Amino acid sequence: MFQDPVLMSRALTALTLGFHVIFATIGVGVPLLILLAEFLGIKKKDPKYTLMARRWSRGYVVTVAVGVVTGTAIGLQLSLLWPNLMRVAGQTIALPLFMETFAFFFEAIFLGIYLYTWDRFKNPWHHMLVGIPVAVGALFSGFFITTVNSFMNQPVGFDIVDGQLANVSPLEAMFSPAMPTKMAHVLTSAILTSAFILAAIAAVQLLRQRRNQLDKLSIEYHKKGLRLTMTVALIFAIATALVGDFSGKYLAKYQPDKLAAAEWHFETSSEAELILGGWLEEDGEGGYEVRGALKIPYALSILAGGVPNYEVTGLDEFAKEDQPPLFIHYLFDAMVGIGMLLALISFLFVLGRYIKRLPQFSKPMLIAIAAGGPLAMMAIEFGWFFAEFGRQPWALYDLMRTSEAATTSANVGWMLIAFAILYAVLGVVTVLVLTRLFKDNPVGKELKQSEHRGEAMFADEV
Amino acid sequence: MQIQELGIAVLWTFLYGYLIVASIDFGAGFFAFYSKYTKRDHMINRLIARYLSPTWEVTNVFFVFFFVGIVGFFPDTAYYYGTALLVPASVVLILLAIRGSFYAFANYGSKESTLYMFLYGATGLLIPASMSTVLTVSQGGFINETESGVFFDGMKLFTNFYSWTVVFLAIVSVLYISAMFLLFYADKARDVQAVPLVRKWALFWSVPTIIASGLVFFGLKSQAAWHYESILAGNWWWFAASFIFFIVAVSFVYLKRNYGLAFLMVMGQFFMAWFGYGYTHLPYILYPYIDINGSVVNESMAVALVVVFILGLLLLVPALYLLLRLFLFDNDYVRGKRSSGKA
Repeated sequence: MFQDPVLMSRALTALTLGFHVIFATIGVGVPLLILLAEFLGIKKKDPKYTLMARRWSRGYVVTVAVGVVTGTAIGLQLSLLWPNLMRVAGQTIALPLFMETFAFFFEAIFLGIYLYTWDRFKNPWHHMLVGIPVAVGALFSGFFITTVNSFMNQPVGFDIVDGQLANVSPLEAMFSPAMPTKMAHVLTSAILTSAFILAAIAAVQLLRQRRNQLDKLSIEYHKKGLRLTMTVALIFAIATALVGDFSGKYLAKYQPDKLAAAEWHFETSSEAELILGGWLEEDGEGGYEVRGALKIPYALSILAGGVPNYEVTGLDEFAKEDQPPLFIHYLFDAMVGIGMLLALISFLFVLGRYIKRLPQFSKPMLIAIAAGGPLAMMAIEFGWFFAEFGRQPWALYDLMRTSEAATTSANVGWMLIAFAILYAVLGVVTVLVLTRLFKDNPVGKELKQSEHRGEAMFADEV
Repeated sequence: MQIQELGIAVLWTFLYGYLIVASIDFGAGFFAFYSKYTKRDHMINRLIARYLSPTWEVTNVFFVFFFVGIVGFFPDTAYYYGTALLVPASVVLILLAIRGSFYAFANYGSKESTLYMFLYGATGLLIPASMSTVLTVSQGGFINETESGVFFDGMKLFTNFYSWTVVFLAIVSVLYISAMFLLFYADKARDVQAVPLVRKWALFWSVPTIIASGLVFFGLKSQAAWHYESILAGNWWWFAASFIFFIVAVSFVYLKRNYGLAFLMVMGQFFMAWFGYGYTHLPYILYPYIDINGSVVNESMAVALVVVFILGLLLLVPALYLLLRLFLFDNDYVRGKRSSGKA
């Protein structure tokens, strides 16, 4: 196993991407929330929102750093671990990869400016303007890199003549049928998750209020933060669910094997039922029996085609060696389940503003929100693992098998160990640094100070 | 100019950009650690933080830009270099990851820590050392293609004398470039304490830099004869010009004048050497397997990449100018009269 470059390449790619996606998701969503807080701060002349923007951006830089280095790692690992894939990708989708680096470049430049010019402009709106390219750059890099992934799921925009790629159309390859739903789902879910993570931090702080650890100013600050983040979360939870529904319809049409494996839909049929939960038992004839699942009649047909009698393609129409693994069902269910739960939590919170009997800052509500942050990140991981395992055995769907794409180098196993150690260290230190950063600078203290400067490796002011 | 020549020229220019900005950054890490170790950090580190903190992330993008661009323009590079360089490139990645994240941890999140500073300083020298080995590999002799795939002879590279002279050159020029920049910046900041110290560093590191350059130049004759001949065939003047730039730069520093111009001369010195090296390396990106004429991406993609590149530059150049204006060419900021306004 350790000697198998294909398996080790898959493991290392999964490890790097699984780690990177945590920081990438925060990277896409948080700048937007920072901008929003800064906007409210200037508009309402409320220093609490301004401080919120400052504190969020302080934590954000630390996550950006890890995002940048793991992003650099995966960028180069694509060529190191999948040289054959990248040879084809270079011919077909170099364009969005290239554009992604521009978006990233743009973001990096303005992030540097944004972080160091808080007190530099007389007009506070000017500083906010500097933040716009950061948020735009973040969204665009998410957009471009998702088009690359969409191409792998739906390679279009070229012909194959005698086994060679010919007549490549870069734009067609970029705007593949998979692109709209994928891109929209990635961006909306990233914003949803970022909002929930920031909300969870505030909720944890408010839960401590009971032990009298917070002063009045800080309580107000965190409540304001919760209202802002949970409103954003509700909007994007609805958007994510809507886009998720479109993604289901896309899968039914273009990647029916992925949908069939996710839903354990073994035989093609209309009026198909949706399977929630459950497990599989072998029936002794090479097939499977679904046990203990909740089955909703017609729901799969509606999900796939919008009407109850839509015919959903089953796994029986695919050769055994072309079928995705069946465990992706659990990943799919976990992702959808958490998504629904997050929508419910944010809906109840926002509703609580209007209904007296549903207090916004009650203990159960705060606990639910606090749990929502990590759950949201888990849903991101489940969703990506579902999407990626769901197109196995293909590296390029229906075109290049994963085993043909991988490197032949015998040393991948060692690299897997080295990177695993690296990410473990980075993960632990990131958490420690972030906790200390905010513990050392409590909100109450900062609110009282008109200005604050953090400690630096190179003390900036003596 | 044909599209493949345009492509490689663009990529080479970005790598030159990386060479300059990364050297400033990498060397600064070493100097920061060294001055902390010798208890002189109060003199230097404030200065370093002024220009480094807002720019560290941008430096990294130059590198990403290069390796994404080269796979885009010349997809064969992914196949040959990707298969062969798994281990050395992974080492570079791990070092870059340690450096980047610990810089941010130390500078934004944590109290002063000597361990963080050490990691920052040490990786600053190890990264250019390991990156420079790719240049040696590109001249041929370490990658072999057989019927069962592409293979890299790492041991041969490790025991090769020429390859070590390149590593040596990379390290000393990082320190030389960085010291020259720091001198310019300290002088601009009118920092009377720091100027004499960094001036000494600049003069000190200029000596090994020029010795190593000579070693590499003449070592080429036995290591990659094809490349050496290409230089002798009417292209030696690039390197002569580079040497003249070097003499002028060091003379300015010796005479304690025109430190800004001196740094421009350093940039000129490395520009001539870098482009002379690159120009005479052509048409090979990897001798003898990747030739720019045979391995360029298909026409429509190449055109799309060039169009995007031009549009991208229209965005990037003003943005970079803004960054430099705010943090390098703003005298009040450089002298520390203006607060850094950190979040």
